[in-house]
Amino acid sequence: MTIMDNIWIDVGALEDIPRQGARLVKTAAGCVALFRTKNDQVFALDDKCPHRGGPLSQGIVHGNAVTCPLHNWVINLETGLAQGADEGEVKTFVVRTEAGRILLEASKFVRNKDAA
Amino acid sequence: MTSRLVVIGNGMAPGRALERLFEAAPGTYDVTIFNAEPRTNYDRILLSPVLSGEKSYEEIVIHGDAWYEQNGVKLHKGKKVVAIDRAAKTVTAEDGTTAAYDKLLIATGSVPFIIPVPGRDLAGVLTYRDLDDVNAMLIAAENGGHAVVIGGGLLGLEAAAGLKARGMEVTVVHLMPTLMERQLDAAAGGLLKRALEDRAIKVITKANTKEILATHDSRGSTRVRGVVLDDGAEIAADIVVMAVGIRPNAAIAKEAGLETNRGIVVDERLRTSDPDILAVGECVEFNGNVYGLVAPLYEQANIVSNELTGLGGAGFTDKALATKLKVTGVDLFSAGDFADAEGREEIVLRDATRGVYKRLVLEDDKVVGAVLFGDTSDSSWFFQHIKDGTDISEMRDTLIFGPAYAGGTQADPSAAVATLPTDAEICGCNGVCKGTIVAAINDQGLTSIDDVRAHTKASASCGTCSGLVEQLLALSLGDAYDAAAVRAMCGCTELGHAEVRRLIVAKELKSIPDLMQELEWTSSGGCAKCRPALNYYMLSSWPGEYVDDNQSRFINERVHANIQKDGTYSVVPRMWGGVTNPQELRAIADVAEKFEIPTVKCTGGQRIDLLGVKKEDLPAVWADLNAAGLVSGHAYGKVLRTVKTCVGTDWCRFGTQDSTGLGVRIEKFMWGSWTPAKVKMAVSGCPRNCSEATCKDVGVICVDSGFEIHFAGAAGLDIKGTEFLCHVKTEDEAIEVIVALVQLYREQGHYLERIYKWAKRVGIESIQAAVIVDVERRRRLFEAFAFSQKFSQSDPWAERARGIKDAHEFAPMADLTRMEAAE
Repeated sequence: MTIMDNIWIDVGALEDIPRQGARLVKTAAGCVALFRTKNDQVFALDDKCPHRGGPLSQGIVHGNAVTCPLHNWVINLETGLAQGADEGEVKTFVVRTEAGRILLEASKFVRNKDAA
Repeated sequence: MTSRLVVIGNGMAPGRALERLFEAAPGTYDVTIFNAEPRTNYDRILLSPVLSGEKSYEEIVIHGDAWYEQNGVKLHKGKKVVAIDRAAKTVTAEDGTTAAYDKLLIATGSVPFIIPVPGRDLAGVLTYRDLDDVNAMLIAAENGGHAVVIGGGLLGLEAAAGLKARGMEVTVVHLMPTLMERQLDAAAGGLLKRALEDRAIKVITKANTKEILATHDSRGSTRVRGVVLDDGAEIAADIVVMAVGIRPNAAIAKEAGLETNRGIVVDERLRTSDPDILAVGECVEFNGNVYGLVAPLYEQANIVSNELTGLGGAGFTDKALATKLKVTGVDLFSAGDFADAEGREEIVLRDATRGVYKRLVLEDDKVVGAVLFGDTSDSSWFFQHIKDGTDISEMRDTLIFGPAYAGGTQADPSAAVATLPTDAEICGCNGVCKGTIVAAINDQGLTSIDDVRAHTKASASCGTCSGLVEQLLALSLGDAYDAAAVRAMCGCTELGHAEVRRLIVAKELKSIPDLMQELEWTSSGGCAKCRPALNYYMLSSWPGEYVDDNQSRFINERVHANIQKDGTYSVVPRMWGGVTNPQELRAIADVAEKFEIPTVKCTGGQRIDLLGVKKEDLPAVWADLNAAGLVSGHAYGKVLRTVKTCVGTDWCRFGTQDSTGLGVRIEKFMWGSWTPAKVKMAVSGCPRNCSEATCKDVGVICVDSGFEIHFAGAAGLDIKGTEFLCHVKTEDEAIEVIVALVQLYREQGHYLERIYKWAKRVGIESIQAAVIVDVERRRRLFEAFAFSQKFSQSDPWAERARGIKDAHEFAPMADLTRMEAAE
């Protein structure tokens, strides 16, 4: 399955995401939230809070963290770890920006044709 | 090599044991859990609040799925173990799943005791042990009707109160002469009975159930119809809850040949007769005793963890136990042994007016038992004396008055907390003890209750221990702690809300980045706490100039709908004054059908709520509603929510003024205006007050001579009647006063501070002075509000339905679901 390694998919322009905001990418493995920070860093995480599954993409982005809209858990966008006294972890994905485009490493989302 | 630990049962005791194990020795064991219930570990103690509706199941989950995943635990949900093979060291579940163990922990809990009367197997006869029981009761309660609870102990009474709260007619039948006789003396039992009867729960004591009666419906199925007592009395029942007691669930251990008696017999290290098998929780028997309260079970759990890691430590001993009843509004506590006996004395305090009864039982200058009813604030202090066996001869004279008077000294409210040992549990919800809190305060320099919540979770759930936590802050910080001191807005600044508001105007700060720079914010872009507040302060200080920062708003205000637990949204169209018409109703019905909206419900503010709308459907839903003339009801924002009205002189034979018309006028003038927190209003057409104006942020009561304006009521977290503001003669005056009042609140209120809290902080008199006495100021306030409305009264739904605003919010950025692998 080496063919699956490092598939970079252009999912859109940096400007498509508001600063301190998020957008969703739908994948076969569920929704991935792309966050853009104040300093234009982009992070990709599962759109699912480890607490009660809240949609993190709907939260307020501050620094390199997002606050879940359901019960205010704060998730570190770099590590996916819950901050403060809460414990939990969100899956993170590899993403990079190049010339204003957002590239998501998508080998995990590719559906195997045989399986599909 | 990692050893294999298999756990049978997934309740609170094994949950705590595993938590401790993973803390003390992570990675030592590969853990597999078999849970007969199809779910993760939840707090059974809080089932009663779930039954009564005060909490949801989600709120009482202790370990979510992620916890098991993180700790590498294999959890078999809904798989009941049916056999233990001690020779092969394996366990087997009903469906054939097997697991091999090096160590086995049995935690099968208890089973409810079913009294052997005819009819006990009928449909509608329930027990009260787990979430399935609660769900069964909730389904039964949906149709109202009669419930009979057999058993007037802790569980039975909590079930009764819960079913009553859910709208059923409830009768408790109890075998003994007084309720909770194992925990309460007769006097307290009598007070409890009266307290329940005051809540319209019927209590029959000395009642022995003889038979449960069946009814047959047309389809031939049978279910419960009533209960017959020994004396022939018959009580109607749509459901019967049996809560007469529990017994340890030791069946599987017995079959495996382990030593069992009433429960699984264990030694002080919680080991069974097989050295590789431990048992914990309600299924065990130690020294002839079995256990049903959480404190000893958690102690057992700690010992199990120590045993599994080879840590050693103290063994399990029987200790005095304390009980609290979780029925809202009934304060009741008992601990220790309070039976009369030779050589025992008692101290009793009664305050009939307050409904307080306190009794301490003394033996050899020690407190051996305590019963408190009506005021349980000193319960931890008394309980500590029972556990410690303190010699109380010195303070005997004032003992009953609690720690405030201990030793005859002056009242000191923090004395009770000061005397608690470090391992005393302060927060029962999250299991946080005094030592942990004090250490966090000292080591991490915490200075406020919010800090303590963030770092330790103490008082972060139900909040009843907030007072104790504040006292710990006061004790630890001494004079440095000032509960009334200016609290910083958030971790990004030292400034409080009032100071920030003042500086925004004084320094003419007109954008969030400017403010953060000028006021030396310590974070680069603020946080989720300060940004929404700053955005509001900017909007209200600079109407027409400041550009709203959408990314600093909570999701509900960003997408103009209310986020629900599953990530869908609810949509509430505005119905001015609560008045609608066939055309609007038809449009709502059409939208609900077209978009397959699962729930349509009336709100408390006389509006219709469409719940479960998918986010991507929102613009289309709004477009359809707009087409019928319906606009955003702002049910999602820190804004004027609703003006509730009654029909007033239009229809009502008692109406004194056109209350509907006034409500509509107020709503049309004030909608769309952002406020520090939500604002709910009501107008009642006469003092009968059908629109409940006297618990609103602003309420108007119409009278023959004009309008009484009230404000600062609350009917949420707090319940508070309104304060009288003034009486005016005309509608125009009423509107001017109300608008001026709200504008003053918009200028002075701290973000998220409701009107009643703002009024308490600044004083009712100062508000009256500004909007009633100083007519000129009232006029200026009114005009300031009217000016700001020029910029806020456009329907946010219309802009988004037409796709001219925030289109990015409602569509995914990319869709990779169809992406397939290259050949």
